[in-house]
Amino acid sequence: MVTASSVHSPTGHAPERLKSLTKLAGSVPDPELPVVTLAELGVLRRVSEPSPGHVEVELTPTYTGCPAIEAMAADIEQALREGGAERVTVRTVLTPLWSTDDISPEGRRKLAAHGVAPPRPGARASAPVTVGLSPTRHATPEPEPETGPEPDPETAPGTEAGTGAGAGTGTAPEPVRCPLCGSADTVLLARFSSTACKALRRCEACREPFDHFKEV
Amino acid sequence: MTATAPPALATLPLADDALVLSHRLGEWAGHAPVLEEEMALANIALDLLGQARALYAGLRDELGTEDEIAYLREERTFLNCQLVEQPNGDFAHTIVRQLFFSTYQQPLYAQLAPKLPLAEKAVSETAYHRDHAEQWTVRLGDGTEESHARMQRAANALWRFTGELFQPVEGLDLRWQELEGEWAASITEVFGRAGLDLPEGQRSGAWTAGAGRQGLHTEPFGPMIAEMQHLHRSHPGATW
Repeated sequence: MVTASSVHSPTGHAPERLKSLTKLAGSVPDPELPVVTLAELGVLRRVSEPSPGHVEVELTPTYTGCPAIEAMAADIEQALREGGAERVTVRTVLTPLWSTDDISPEGRRKLAAHGVAPPRPGARASAPVTVGLSPTRHATPEPEPETGPEPDPETAPGTEAGTGAGAGTGTAPEPVRCPLCGSADTVLLARFSSTACKALRRCEACREPFDHFKEV
Repeated sequence: MTATAPPALATLPLADDALVLSHRLGEWAGHAPVLEEEMALANIALDLLGQARALYAGLRDELGTEDEIAYLREERTFLNCQLVEQPNGDFAHTIVRQLFFSTYQQPLYAQLAPKLPLAEKAVSETAYHRDHAEQWTVRLGDGTEESHARMQRAANALWRFTGELFQPVEGLDLRWQELEGEWAASITEVFGRAGLDLPEGQRSGAWTAGAGRQGLHTEPFGPMIAEMQHLHRSHPGATW
């Protein structure tokens, strides 16, 4: 499960201990989406023990301004102290860049079971295309409106899939499916939802609104 | 670290842009026209605040802690462009300011991405800001007579603040002319779809903005930072 992180022990001692510390840090639940762990979210980058009893953890934010990062750091520190670490340092690193592609398959499954449509895979591969084509992507014909009636004009504008995975690649992005009934017939209500990383959508089949983890 | 990383101080204008616009957008909290927009503007503000914090953190040796940089500097030492300090005005005004700025910031970060981890991180986030502003520009510009008139008025009023964006920032090795060309092409295209006229006024020269990067600001900026810094200055060292 701890695929994105690596275990480093400069002194080469007790790799088993580092492995269990890594597991412990990775098992901390996300403060805003407690159904997934930090390891499943892919934000735990590295756990090391530079000197005996001192554990150093590298954490990467999902979004640059994600306010949960401080809560994550505090929770990791507490978990590691309870696990026997005398001193814990949590550092925030920006590279390698976190992407929604770093969310593990188990993490995606848990998000969907929790009612949050998981991000579509391939965000990392398509991101440079979105950026590179910024001025011209609008020169292509308007994207096909997603099936279903026009959204209420009182809500946010537009119904297209937005700038996420697939935008600007010339291929139709995979539809966002309703996490409740599985229908692909869903519309965007607002680009920004309960947190910066989610958009608000509505299923046209079962009429339920739901959060969608936006691809970055 | 990347060998070609820009000198830390060269990123101060970008950090100040992000902080000041974040504060302006935060002023919408409790006042936005619909709940979804309240959350969108707050989320965009949060992204910008995150950018500012990451960049300020890199300036610790030069300028001090994040709080000291944000809350204890005087007006003349802020190097943000004058566009971002302009008051929110009506919703059209805010959207046009968002459009002008995000259409500048996102390609700028794209150019900086190989040299600056923060830019690499923020480029995909600012794509959402840009998309948000473009969607609203088209909806309001191509909306009712009233919304169209308000958008056109906002565009005309903010136009003179857009030339400053492309004055090269010392230490940032970017293709500035290319940035400006991309910006103008994109704004022209979005305005076309929105049924808005490109303003006829000047974007550089007399009566246009051009000194924000040198620390000279417009009248609304003083009251804005006075409010922004008030709590920290009144209670030095206070924590939550």
